This record gives sequence, structure tokens and C-alpha cells, in this order.
Amino acid sequence: MTDEPQFVVDHVSRRYRLPRTSLFAPGRLLTAVDDVSFTLGREETLGVVGESGSGKTTLMKLLLGLEKPDAGRVTYHGESLRREVQVVFQDPASALDPRMRVGDIITEPLHVLRIPGDHQARLAELLSAVGLPPAAARHYPHEFSGGQRQRIAIARALAPRPRVLIGDEPVSALDVSVRAQILNLLEDLRVGFQLTLILVSHDLSVVRHMTDRVLVMRQGRVVEEGVTREVFRAPQHPYTRLLLESIPRLRSQASRK
Amino acid sequence: MSDTLTVENLTVRVGSLEVIHGVSFALAAGQRTGLIGESGSGKTLTALAIMGLLPEGLSAAGQVVYRGCNLLELDERDLCRLRGDRLAIVFQEPMTALNPVMKVGDQVAEPLRIHRGLRAGDAQAAALAALRRVNIPDAQEKMRAYPHQLSGGQRQRAMIAMATLCSPELLIADEPTTALDVTVQAQILQLLTELVEEQDTSLLLITHDLPVVANVCQRVLVLYGGYIVEEGDVETVFDEPRHPYTRALLDAIPPLDEEVPERKLKAIAGSVPGLGEFPPGCPFRNRCPRADDACAVMPLARGNGHRVACWHPLR
Repeated sequence: MTDEPQFVVDHVSRRYRLPRTSLFAPGRLLTAVDDVSFTLGREETLGVVGESGSGKTTLMKLLLGLEKPDAGRVTYHGESLRREVQVVFQDPASALDPRMRVGDIITEPLHVLRIPGDHQARLAELLSAVGLPPAAARHYPHEFSGGQRQRIAIARALAPRPRVLIGDEPVSALDVSVRAQILNLLEDLRVGFQLTLILVSHDLSVVRHMTDRVLVMRQGRVVEEGVTREVFRAPQHPYTRLLLESIPRLRSQASRK
Repeated sequence: MSDTLTVENLTVRVGSLEVIHGVSFALAAGQRTGLIGESGSGKTLTALAIMGLLPEGLSAAGQVVYRGCNLLELDERDLCRLRGDRLAIVFQEPMTALNPVMKVGDQVAEPLRIHRGLRAGDAQAAALAALRRVNIPDAQEKMRAYPHQLSGGQRQRAMIAMATLCSPELLIADEPTTALDVTVQAQILQLLTELVEEQDTSLLLITHDLPVVANVCQRVLVLYGGYIVEEGDVETVFDEPRHPYTRALLDAIPPLDEEVPERKLKAIAGSVPGLGEFPPGCPFRNRCPRADDACAVMPLARGNGHRVACWHPLR
């Protein structure tokens, strides 16, 4: 690890104008991300938790460069943000083009980003890294289960050799019995490829399991930030406490009695 | 405790393909039962079969006994008399379950007008009280609102108000909080628990979320591939599961309270097969570490109170 951080987010805000409700007045402004600052070190794992409307997804778009901040600055330290920051979305069914073969889906970023090299060899490497058989390349996404599709999406994200992998609710749409496989895979890949991992989730147990540091967001603001284990053990902000108290726990009934 | 509803040997077919293979269970009055299953396990089909709401092309056989009569043999008119009155259901997505062009107050009042023959004014007053009971803010104002003007949590509260308006004997809640944020989920589950306790309703809570069942229910049924593979008291099943599938599901959940979490979870091999692609015999045998040749035949559920359908149960 070097001392130079991967991302510096400095007092960033992003506002959207809502559709107008009256002919005579412009629509209301919604502040999706409100004065957010944090620094993300290389090979760090960061969890972002919050409920719907908290600004998690807008923050990820700002990191990916898909949105420009209205105020503040997002600085990426690296060669190419477009190549080195990749994302895996929640629903692999809608994130993969149904008319493309898996092999083409996974190598598409290599073509688009004009990355030289033997793309077929890279494809074979990637399939094996995410635990899919080489024959998968010739098939279409609909021939795979949800978990396998998420493996395809992960292989595509890894194709351009990113430094930062963003998972936006990467296991929320999967069956419970498949989630652990994908979480284990992400962990293996993170260690194997020395990735910086940002995990956005409403599932606090996943964040607690996968990350070292956590941001708790509410209505566009970061209400609490800290070492994941500490935040979960001794939450400081009332909202974090409410979130933690709201999670149903497996043992609660047994221990209450 | 008497049983509100008993399901015996319920089979559901899609065309000629059997997807629920003769499940049997009883729902006791005032008891909260969780039905756990992943996608394709048949949990929603079980609920729809009980309510007589299976879509076209699906057929149910067996017995669903309510007050001595088999619901599967009732005609639509008699079922309509029971549904929304004695038997009620709350679906996952209130936006699609509510009528978008009907005011919330009118919708919530509808069961009373249909089943109790109440006049509009009286029904509206009862609906208002019901909306207040489920803690919808500004209930008076929300009576005149349309569903899209309510938040997701408020819509689900309105659904619950409507479902419980006639004090049903059985309330089926099919993934009622899956689409909601955790803080809202906690409130809705609390509300459901209170309401069924007040009205002595039997609750069947369908979910894929084991901790939700642990918090709300007293009994649990674990469904996989159209079979109930394990059944028992929540504490017994979650503390000492006997079916390898239940054990595996519990192990796959990241721990929240342990001091130093392990970075590797115990994952279950493979994925949930699609409809009709489960192996013959025990549906879990192609993913199960304990499976052998005996598992080519589906075992019967054995045990008293805590029942398990497995040739090689744990301890």
C-alpha cells in the first residue's frame, strides 16, 4: 500500500431538479448527495449503507464519473478512471445484454477501451477466475441461473484489470443459498487482484462481513463514518442505532426468552 | 389449540408438471407460522392454492380444510365470500395489489361493504379507524389519496389495514416487507404481530428471510423444491436444524454480532434449479454434502413436533 489515496471526495453535492408540478414554477430541487467528504485508500474495503433515497447510488455514479458534482470535487488517483473503476449492479438479468454471447459480453470492455492483447486468453482467465466453465462463453445470459449471471457480470467488470470494484447491492437479487458463494467470490477476487472494494448495500450484515470501513448515509448526508466493526459495536449517531436495531436477528427470540 | 386451517397432501401442477409434491401442515388459531423458501421452492404457489387464486393453467389437488370443508372444492362464489373476510392475504408489492384508480379510503372500506353490507358512510368511518390503527400519518387526508401518493411503507400499511378489517381467521403475508427499507420493515413486522395477536388471527408469513421468521414466528416450515423438508418450533429449528438444507441456509447468513467475523462464509454448492429441474427423490440431493443413493427416493417427514424429511438428518 502506498500513502496516496485512491479516491478523494471533497465536499461533494449533487442536486436534481424534480419534474415541475406547476406550470408557473420550476420543479423543486432535490439534493441527492449533500456535502459528502471522504478519502478512500488503496486496497481499502468501504461499505456504504443507507435506505432508499439516501444517495448511495448517486454517490456511486459520482465516483464512476457518470455524474458530475454540482459542488465539490471527486479526485481519482490513477491512470484511467474509465478503465480502473468498474461496477457490478444488483440485477444481473438486466445488466447483461440478452442478445450477446457471454464471451462477447465479458470481452466487450476490452474492445471499447481499446485494450491490446489476446482477448480470448483473457476471457479464459476471467471465466476460470469467477468459477465458470470455458464452454460458458458460447452461451447466452438467459441460459444461466441468477448466481451464474452475477459471475458473468463480475468477470466483465474484471476484464479491464480494474483497481477499484464497486458492488451496488451485488447479492440483493440472489437466492439466499447463492449469496454466500458470490460474497466469497468477491472476497477471493479482492485479495487475489488487490482490489479496492466499495460495497453499497442496504443489508448491514453483508457490509459488516465484507468491509473494514463504513459510511452510513441518510438523505444525502454521511451521518456516521468509521471502522465497520466499531460502528456496528458502538454506533454514535441515532440513525445508525435505529438501523442496527431494525435488523431482524436470527437469535433474538431465543435469547430474549 | 384448535387448527384454523389444515393442508393435507396439497399438490400443485403447472400443466402436467408437479411443482408442489403433497405438502401437509396445520395452522393453529392465533399462531404465527413462517414458510421459508427460495425462488422456485413453491412458497407463493402454496399461498395462492390455499386462497384459490392459482393462475390459469395451474391446478391444485389434495385438501385445504377450513371449518370442515375443502376449499379446493368450493366454487368461486363461495370462495369470494371467504376471501377478504375469513381468509386474507397481503402481497409483496402493494403498488400492483392496490387499484391505482381508486381512492385509498374506498379500497380499504371495500371488504366491509362487500362482506358486512355496510353503507358507504359507516364503512368509511371503519376504514379511517383502521388506517389510524396501522399508524398511517394524516389518515383523514390519506383516505382521499390514490395509492401512488403514498410511500411504499404506507401502501403496505393500507394493504394490512384492508386485510385485517374483517378480523380474518387466517392472514397470509407473502413477502410483505421484501420491498421495504429495514427501518420500515421493522415497523411493519411489529404491526403485523400486534394485529394478529389482537384479533387471534393465524398468520402464515412467507419469506426467504430467516431472521424475519426468527423475529415474528413461533413455528416454521422450510420448503425446498416443492417439499416441506423441515418443520418445527422456530427456536428448535434455528438452534438445532436437522435438515442439511436448513443448516446450510443458516450458515450462509453473515453473522452480525460475532466479534471477529470470518471473511469466508460457508456457501452452498450449486444454485436453486429451475421449475421441473430438481433431481428426482430428495430435491436437495445434488447440492447436499450428506447425500447418497438412498436419497434417490424422497423420505417421509419423521418426528414429533420437530419433523424432518431426510435420510441422513443431522444429530
